[in-house]
Amino acid sequence: MSMTQHAEPAVTSPPAPGPKETDGRTAERPLALRLLARPEVGVFLGAAAVYVFFLIAAPPVREGAAMANILYSSSTIGIMALPVALLMIGGEFDLSAGVAVITSALTASMLSYQLTMNVWVGVVVALLVSLGIGFLNGWMVVKTGLPSFLITLGSFLILQGVNLAVTKLVTGNVATDDISNMDGFGQAKKIFAASFDIGGVDVKITIFYWLVFAAIASWVLLRTKYGNWIFAVGGNKDSARAVGVPVAFTKISLFMLVGLGAWFVGMHQLFTFNTVQSGEGVGQELIYISAAVIGGCLLTGGAGSAIGPVFGAFMFGMVQQGIVYAGWNPDWFKAFLGVMLLGAVLINLWVQRTATRR
Amino acid sequence: MDRSTYSRSRRMAPFVAVAAAAALTLAGCSSSSGGKKATEDSSGASAGKASTPRMTVALVTHQAPGDTFWDIVRKGAQAAADKDNIKLVYSADPNAGNQSNLVQNAIDQKVDGIAVTLAKPDALKDVIGKAKSANIPVVGLNSGLSDWKKLGLLEFFGQDETVAGEALGKRLNAEGAKKAVCVIQEQGNIGLTQRCAGVKKTFTGTTEVLNVNGTDMPSVKSTITAKLTQDKSIDYVVTLGAPFAMTAVQSLADAGSKAKVATFDLNSTLTGAIKKGTVQFAVDQQPYLQGYLAVDSLWLYKNNGNYSGGGEQPVLTGPAFVDKTNVDAVAKYAANGTR
Repeated sequence: MSMTQHAEPAVTSPPAPGPKETDGRTAERPLALRLLARPEVGVFLGAAAVYVFFLIAAPPVREGAAMANILYSSSTIGIMALPVALLMIGGEFDLSAGVAVITSALTASMLSYQLTMNVWVGVVVALLVSLGIGFLNGWMVVKTGLPSFLITLGSFLILQGVNLAVTKLVTGNVATDDISNMDGFGQAKKIFAASFDIGGVDVKITIFYWLVFAAIASWVLLRTKYGNWIFAVGGNKDSARAVGVPVAFTKISLFMLVGLGAWFVGMHQLFTFNTVQSGEGVGQELIYISAAVIGGCLLTGGAGSAIGPVFGAFMFGMVQQGIVYAGWNPDWFKAFLGVMLLGAVLINLWVQRTATRR
Repeated sequence: MDRSTYSRSRRMAPFVAVAAAAALTLAGCSSSSGGKKATEDSSGASAGKASTPRMTVALVTHQAPGDTFWDIVRKGAQAAADKDNIKLVYSADPNAGNQSNLVQNAIDQKVDGIAVTLAKPDALKDVIGKAKSANIPVVGLNSGLSDWKKLGLLEFFGQDETVAGEALGKRLNAEGAKKAVCVIQEQGNIGLTQRCAGVKKTFTGTTEVLNVNGTDMPSVKSTITAKLTQDKSIDYVVTLGAPFAMTAVQSLADAGSKAKVATFDLNSTLTGAIKKGTVQFAVDQQPYLQGYLAVDSLWLYKNNGNYSGGGEQPVLTGPAFVDKTNVDAVAKYAANGTR
């Protein structure tokens, strides 16, 4: 229901000064059809279909604890999928997002451990490093005009190598030391990795963060000037600049937003697992991007929503864990995942086509 | 005008922040407090140095970046190299074709010996032949127990993954387990598959395999939780790497399961968990020993013509069990990152 609340204003207020007038936003259509034409409605139906499917196929999914676990799995993907989606609406994308999460966690862990300082020092420095990486990515994309694919492919490789080499140099091993007995750890764990008992079900705090961040992102995208800028720079950079949108600022800040997300998820991982392995994170960037694309963000920029990727991430979590709840043959795990996702995307596409057909 | 100054100060702010962060990080590196110094003081065994002529040995593995296991292999190899007056050239690539190129690279460097892992023996067959025709002795380590003789290697140091799995399966019988889930963190990896197959072979209860996405710990955690919820009769979770055992412990708590955890391979965090009793035991194949013996054996061959295992039998480095009874003896070495 929260979805319709977000969808309706979007229908009535075209976000940007002319990025696109295509997807059925013409006034004479019935409301239902106009709603269906919105990408997040398609993905919502896809997610609902996957959910119902597993509700039938996997009995444990019907229990609250299983749902909490599925939502947790979705949330760690979803928190990153949000800034990745905003960036994609702004016309760029970031291949370094997966390893950047680990960079952030490694920075916080090693800094606090090596200096034997309160872990909050590490947390704050990691935030600066993450924002710095985002800034550099964005700055290079804006300055060079090269595709962000190339720039962030470079930073992906750099970060992957730096993660390994610096960790080895500093700790002498390829994983960080356990910081769980250090000052401030308990506090930070409460903030980044707490869990609550709700009606006998253990619910992880990341689920709340995920939904709150999604609500904020939706509001920013649909109701603020900055949100209009995002659509504008993603739709047509030159005309956006011509009407006075600060293109460089918008793009760089979007990359920094991805850095912020990477920091947050990195801190969650650090304070959940106490140590970090330097080789992790590779391949995650594709999952974030997939969640955003399934959620209706175009790879070409200029279109999308913040609520769509929430369902995109949910679909990932649902399929990934649902297969296990169903107790299916594990050899088929990846194939199941692929088929379910493709199916969901096709439903999404079909819904949109049907709804926008005249 | 107005906007440009506004956005400039906005642009400079993160830059200053990065510079400050870099300064802080540098300050961290030069600090003498904390764990780094302790690691340096105690890292590795030292046994003097041989006075034999300097030689060069290449160690080429199929390590994936950032794996704690291979780090220990490399440390063992380095310790032997330091002692034997050997220059160790380490290289690794999980892709078999690339690994074969790295062996060729070692041949081109005219090294005095090559130690190589045989995760995909067929892909390395040709290049090992080239090394032999260049009169460079080649030894195998870690994986390739069934192929090293066929490929004409001098000797082999490692563990039979199936045997290790079988040993773990027998141990589960002794512990009275009924149903085990074997967690594979890299779908399609032969060695990992063999371990689970070994467990299945000797364990009299039921063994189920579970694939997880090893590069994403939160999803590993959720997936194990999901499995434990789906099948409440599971009473043992078997992981194939130390970090995954620690994650499995958290999954147990999440799922409210009473199952126990056993694992392959060790690290310092894991020895702590065995002491506390949150992980029951680990099957250790002694990676340090594999690296050390492989390099040392090339020195022995060159300087005294020796063959470990007589050139007929492999030298087994595992499976060695680490549990509550012997963990104290192992823990201090694990803390150095050598066990």
